[in-house]
Amino acid sequence: MGAFLQYTVIGLTVGSFYALVALGYTIVYGIIRLINFAQGDLSMVGAFIGWTLLVSLGFQHLPLWLALIAAFVIPMIGTALVNLGILQFAYKPLLHKSLWAILITALGMSLFLENAALQVWGPSINAYPPSMLPSSGFSLGPVHVTFLQVALFLTSLLLMAGLYAFVHGTMIGTAMRALAVDHDAARLMGIDVDQVIRLAFVLGAMLAAASGVMIGIYYTQIQFTMGFLLGLRAFTAAVLGGIGNIPGAMVGGMLIGLLESYTAGYLSGKWETVIVFGVLIAVLVVKPTGIFGERVAERM
Amino acid sequence: MALLEVRDLHVFYGNIEALKGISLDAEEGEIVAILGGNGAGKTTTLRTISGLLRPRTGTVTFQGRNIVGVAAHAIVGLGLGHVPEGRRIFTILSVEENLNLGAYLIRSQGALLRARKAAVYQLFPRLAERKHQLAGTLSGGEQQMLAIGRALMSDPKVLMLDEPSLGLSPLLARSVLKTVREVANDGTTVLLVEQNARQALAIADRAYVIETGRIVLEGKASILATDERVQKAYLGGFEAMTSA
Repeated sequence: MGAFLQYTVIGLTVGSFYALVALGYTIVYGIIRLINFAQGDLSMVGAFIGWTLLVSLGFQHLPLWLALIAAFVIPMIGTALVNLGILQFAYKPLLHKSLWAILITALGMSLFLENAALQVWGPSINAYPPSMLPSSGFSLGPVHVTFLQVALFLTSLLLMAGLYAFVHGTMIGTAMRALAVDHDAARLMGIDVDQVIRLAFVLGAMLAAASGVMIGIYYTQIQFTMGFLLGLRAFTAAVLGGIGNIPGAMVGGMLIGLLESYTAGYLSGKWETVIVFGVLIAVLVVKPTGIFGERVAERM
Repeated sequence: MALLEVRDLHVFYGNIEALKGISLDAEEGEIVAILGGNGAGKTTTLRTISGLLRPRTGTVTFQGRNIVGVAAHAIVGLGLGHVPEGRRIFTILSVEENLNLGAYLIRSQGALLRARKAAVYQLFPRLAERKHQLAGTLSGGEQQMLAIGRALMSDPKVLMLDEPSLGLSPLLARSVLKTVREVANDGTTVLLVEQNARQALAIADRAYVIETGRIVLEGKASILATDERVQKAYLGGFEAMTSA
């Protein structure tokens, strides 16, 4: 029982990272029916911008609160700009053309970001400052929880709650949901569809960047290839929850995190990826709409 | 100069010419009906005026300004509302959210938005009863009310309606068209595309008949209603009525 709870704590922590990346997939898919395969790599870009600030520029020596705010906010903005650039130059010319063309372009953008990061930051594993945050924690019965895990989990929840409030509580968020149903009808409401699409790319990138920085802080190691598997896992999470569905991405992310943690705990770490992508295949075969998928409106 | 002037619109889908020189006018406060068979170009005409389609040549002049090339979302802001064919409501949003989006351009003006919403609820009390319901769960008639109400939220000077009575029972259809007349009586110009020619002519001031992308007839609604060609083609004539 103690081991199970311990794995649960780890699973939820990691799952919250996946959930953030999965949200990016889902927001963009909901609006333009594109699987933005660069989503995981955006997370990597965010992690590297954060590393540059903390390590190369020495932000780690600033007061902790200031260092943390900078290490989250600046990567989120930087990554949002990268994603806007991808939208503008790679996707936009193809938006009204074949869906395959844009999908393959998305795969290309994933490779582009990886190789750009390789050029900028090099092939080696870069270390986040290990002693920046306390490694201490507390015990809940048989379970040991670190303050770091709690902080990261709460940060993820906060970001997700913020997104949910934005999408459901503001007029622009409502417009985002309207775009999932009907672009032309949205235009007739006076909604600038291009602007809302840009907003979706900004939000998706910001969440990915935040998860990248959190991954850096949690595992203390990042590499230019980290976005690939992360992106596929988050994609699995989004599909599991029902792609296009925001609560679905959150739940899917947590489930994938838990699944991975239990697999690593009870079987072996080697089986993690096998199980996760087994789930992806199973969902696609048995229930392609995912857990919450029936609420997704089909536009095509 | 009329409030809305359409001159010599030519619109293509690929190589197919859907509109072959459509011209029409709408004056302030009048209801102008556009009649014609399936595929004649009625919907294309409305979609071109509202900026969803771009004509190859021709002009759409609204309040003295050529709006061809202006983005569809900006045209709404100029005062042209469009209730598209098939209603196209946002099914996964609530009734209230649908109406709110209709006032997207004045979203920062809470009081004005609420006042317009109250006016729409007064026009369609059924919507007020169902405001928290998802729009997709409404009946066909209620969805049509929502589509019209949503367009009225932008307080348009010209309201374009594409087949508002399609799929409704005769009773509901009459009630919807009666509401359209009320809206026009309040000073809104209405451009009405209808397959139900009889009822459209009954509430319209003037009408145009489109066939294969061209205007073949135009005139006062009361005169067109008695026109032999219109009767034969769109009103079913005496024989059709008795044999039905």
